[in-house]
Amino acid sequence: MTNNNITLTIDGTTVTVEKGTSVLDAAKKVDIKIPTLCHHEDLCVAGNCRVCVVEEIGKKTLTASCATPATEGMNILTSSPKVRRARKDVMALLVSEHNTQCTTCYRNRNCELQTLASEYNVDNNIYLSVLKDSTIDKSSWSIEKDDSKCIRCQRCVRTCAEIQHVNALSVTEKGRDMRVSTFMHFPLNEIVCTNCGQCIIHCPTGALTERRYYDDIWEAIDNPEKHVVINTAPSVRVALGEMLGYEPGKIVTGKMVTALKKIGFDSVLDTDFTADLTIMEEGSELLDRLKRALVDKEQVALPMITSCSPGWVKFIEHMYPEHLEHLSSCKSPQQMFGAVVKTYYAEKKGIDPKNIVCVAGMPCAAKKYEANRPEMRDSGYQDVDAGLTTREIGHMIKQSGLKFEDLEDGEFDSHMGVSTGAGVIFGATGGVMEAALRTAYFIITGRPVPFKNLNILPVRGLESIKEATVKLENCLPEYKFLEGVELKVAIAHGLTNARVIMDQIVDGKSPYHFIEIMACPGGCIGGGGQPIPTTDEVRKKRMDAIYEEDMGKPIRMSHENPNIAQIYKEFLEKPLGEKSHHLLHTKYRKRKRY
Amino acid sequence: MNTNINKLEYIFSKDCDDNQVLAKALSFSNDEVIEELIKSGLRGRGGAGFPAGLKWKFTATQPGDEKYIICNADEGEPGTFKDREILTQVPKKVLNGMALCAYGTGIKKGYIYLRGEYKYLVSHLQKNIDEFHEEIKKYGIDFNIDIFLGSGAYVCGEETALIESMEGKRGEPRNKPPYPNTVGYLGKPTIVNNVETFASTMIVFRLGAENYKKLGTQDQHGSKLFSISGDSPKEGVHEIELGMSVEDFVREFGDGDTKAVQVGGVSGFCIPRKGFKNAIIGEGNPTGGSTMIFNSSRSMYNVLHNFLDFFAEESCGQCTPCRVGCQQLLKGIEAVKSGEKPKEYLDQLIKLSKTMQITSKCGLGQSVTNSFTSIVENFREEMIY
Repeated sequence: MTNNNITLTIDGTTVTVEKGTSVLDAAKKVDIKIPTLCHHEDLCVAGNCRVCVVEEIGKKTLTASCATPATEGMNILTSSPKVRRARKDVMALLVSEHNTQCTTCYRNRNCELQTLASEYNVDNNIYLSVLKDSTIDKSSWSIEKDDSKCIRCQRCVRTCAEIQHVNALSVTEKGRDMRVSTFMHFPLNEIVCTNCGQCIIHCPTGALTERRYYDDIWEAIDNPEKHVVINTAPSVRVALGEMLGYEPGKIVTGKMVTALKKIGFDSVLDTDFTADLTIMEEGSELLDRLKRALVDKEQVALPMITSCSPGWVKFIEHMYPEHLEHLSSCKSPQQMFGAVVKTYYAEKKGIDPKNIVCVAGMPCAAKKYEANRPEMRDSGYQDVDAGLTTREIGHMIKQSGLKFEDLEDGEFDSHMGVSTGAGVIFGATGGVMEAALRTAYFIITGRPVPFKNLNILPVRGLESIKEATVKLENCLPEYKFLEGVELKVAIAHGLTNARVIMDQIVDGKSPYHFIEIMACPGGCIGGGGQPIPTTDEVRKKRMDAIYEEDMGKPIRMSHENPNIAQIYKEFLEKPLGEKSHHLLHTKYRKRKRY
Repeated sequence: MNTNINKLEYIFSKDCDDNQVLAKALSFSNDEVIEELIKSGLRGRGGAGFPAGLKWKFTATQPGDEKYIICNADEGEPGTFKDREILTQVPKKVLNGMALCAYGTGIKKGYIYLRGEYKYLVSHLQKNIDEFHEEIKKYGIDFNIDIFLGSGAYVCGEETALIESMEGKRGEPRNKPPYPNTVGYLGKPTIVNNVETFASTMIVFRLGAENYKKLGTQDQHGSKLFSISGDSPKEGVHEIELGMSVEDFVREFGDGDTKAVQVGGVSGFCIPRKGFKNAIIGEGNPTGGSTMIFNSSRSMYNVLHNFLDFFAEESCGQCTPCRVGCQQLLKGIEAVKSGEKPKEYLDQLIKLSKTMQITSKCGLGQSVTNSFTSIVENFREEMIY
């Protein structure tokens, strides 16, 4: 036994763990499941729900297993009569403080409190109700907060502080009045909130949910005058299955398309198409900035940073309003889609754009807010009428009564339905960068990017900040100014990591040319609109599925997408052209830090 | 503020030069100071009663130079007002006790965490601290004390919540372990002792550990300040040798009609008449020194209701058993009183308070059962009718 190991006994089984391991994790190692509520593997230990208590022989009080490191010779009982009684009592207390109208709750059957209360057969009537009066905060386009369902576990608070470094939510008051609230108790739409929705996917109950729009969508579908178009983001197809009985990582693209068509969407399109379009525009913008910096010796903001993630965009607007010029002016794929659906697509189809309802199926809560940004009306109408989360789409499919697993695979509709592997990988952290490099390298040198099978592995994975350098050699005549340049790129996901990148820029020490930032850990596959639970294990599986989908695509570089060539030929003319500028690019606004 | 103080024996003695006591203590080596304190049997006077010398020793032996001494003057236990008297009358005794701790442990920085409501004491204390800084120079002790003013939460008397509050965070108890002696203020080893504990260390060195240990009982040594309130003609702060039975206590301090004594504040136990004879103050009950005397005109339902209302308000709210449990106990006794719940519900509530005792994160929730169970069991009919 080395100094770094600890041996303890759990329910009679001896287990050796590394020093610093919690009793909870030590139990996991020998397949003993201890119930938890405030614990989440993404977050720091809180130890406040007290559901995970265990008996430590020789100690009078019970031990919170999540918050207690294993010590040598510890003798733990995880299910003694004392433990079971106490645990059930603690759960009964939580239930007594909870709005128990489970049947009408959005998280019904996907609620950790409900699951435990059911497993332990907690009697709702043991204690008096101490549920407080509260009203649901529906002020935000993205997030709803219902305090009556809050169990004060503070997972949302820790998420917002640790993963996102935004601190929109915090604990307020004490004792019986203790609750999770906002700065000065302002409504969610008036505070510094990026709408990322990470609080939602870390909430064990229905206290934090996305604002739902599917009833409006059903209404539009039922209205014969409306032409309802949905486009689905790449990360939806690798996560939707989890809502419908599949294991994480299952690709359900075909069934999803069929389901959406059967539900009654008039057209089912692929957001990957505008992901490819983003690459064309953003890649051109990067080359333009590099040229202006290197050839024209202009003061150009470099590094350039991606702008696909609306949570990230609102974050930089709040936190680094002096540095907005680093953001690419490209709209996100969702907003590009809306702008071209109500112009190009409407024209092609001969439909009056006022009768088009553009819906975006997204892994995201912030996309709802983004759709409602006042400047996003370049088509002359609100470009995107509503953003639905992966969860909402799952609910719609359930509501439709379809037997999802029996559906045939369908194909996205043509015209903005063809996409490439480059568009698909937008769903994972590093994907935009990889897609951009595939195309940019080709445009600059006329050759494919020098990585085996176009797989730029250094930009993939869940590492917090990733870096890569691509040396540009034998450039085409037009891009000779880049000859020998080592293009330095970085990728950050999660806004706490974004801060590290931004602070480098503020300090003038950023060594990069191009940076991809996604608000959510793992990128869109870990987005705030994705199925719950989302953990690193789940993120990895969804990510693997994304790359599997990429490898299966016949075309894997955005500029080779025939639909892209077509839209430029028929409509947009050229990247960064006048029409592109009008429809596909946007401006940002300075916001307050508080 | 004047308080009726009847006995000025050790802590408040004016005929003893504390600087001399300090000088005498400093003739010991660092380790000997701690050993002497351990030998004296002095336990923390804040409530939990942890042996003071051991706490010093554990912290002194931690690696690293950056460590802290904190004097817990967040006197918030209802019915306690002794620390205020000490700081008002003999602040030097506390400061010298802290200096002794600094000498014994080699710690260079100290804080007094002063209860927000004692803000009026700041100028008085600061004057004494300034003088103290001058005086200890001549002993060659490199030690400096600052005052930190609390913001008014009861739970901040709990040492880890106190530390969180000092770090500018919400005053909430931490998970333990680690204890402050390894990970305390700013993550560094920290000694948190009560005001009276520091003052008492000076008595230990004035009398010598042997003599100090002779005072009191087998378990509890020395003398102790009691904050006496309620139905007593002699309410105020009294220094009493530990080991007094409640019977003697009631004879000395009661009004002749004492029905119950709440020993150790709201976190302590309620002793009814039938228990006076066998209960020893400070044994098996918290050592904080709050003693509330109730005569037969008092409704014990109202007393308990008052306590529970206090807990429901002053729980920090982070852990389930304490936050919800306190509300349930309060609502529960109301429901039994009003007939909404049958009297047997009291038994359910006692069970709940026991759950709170074994599952709560800190001493607050863990000790609610003390007053709850002792009042409900001894005055059950008052709870029902």
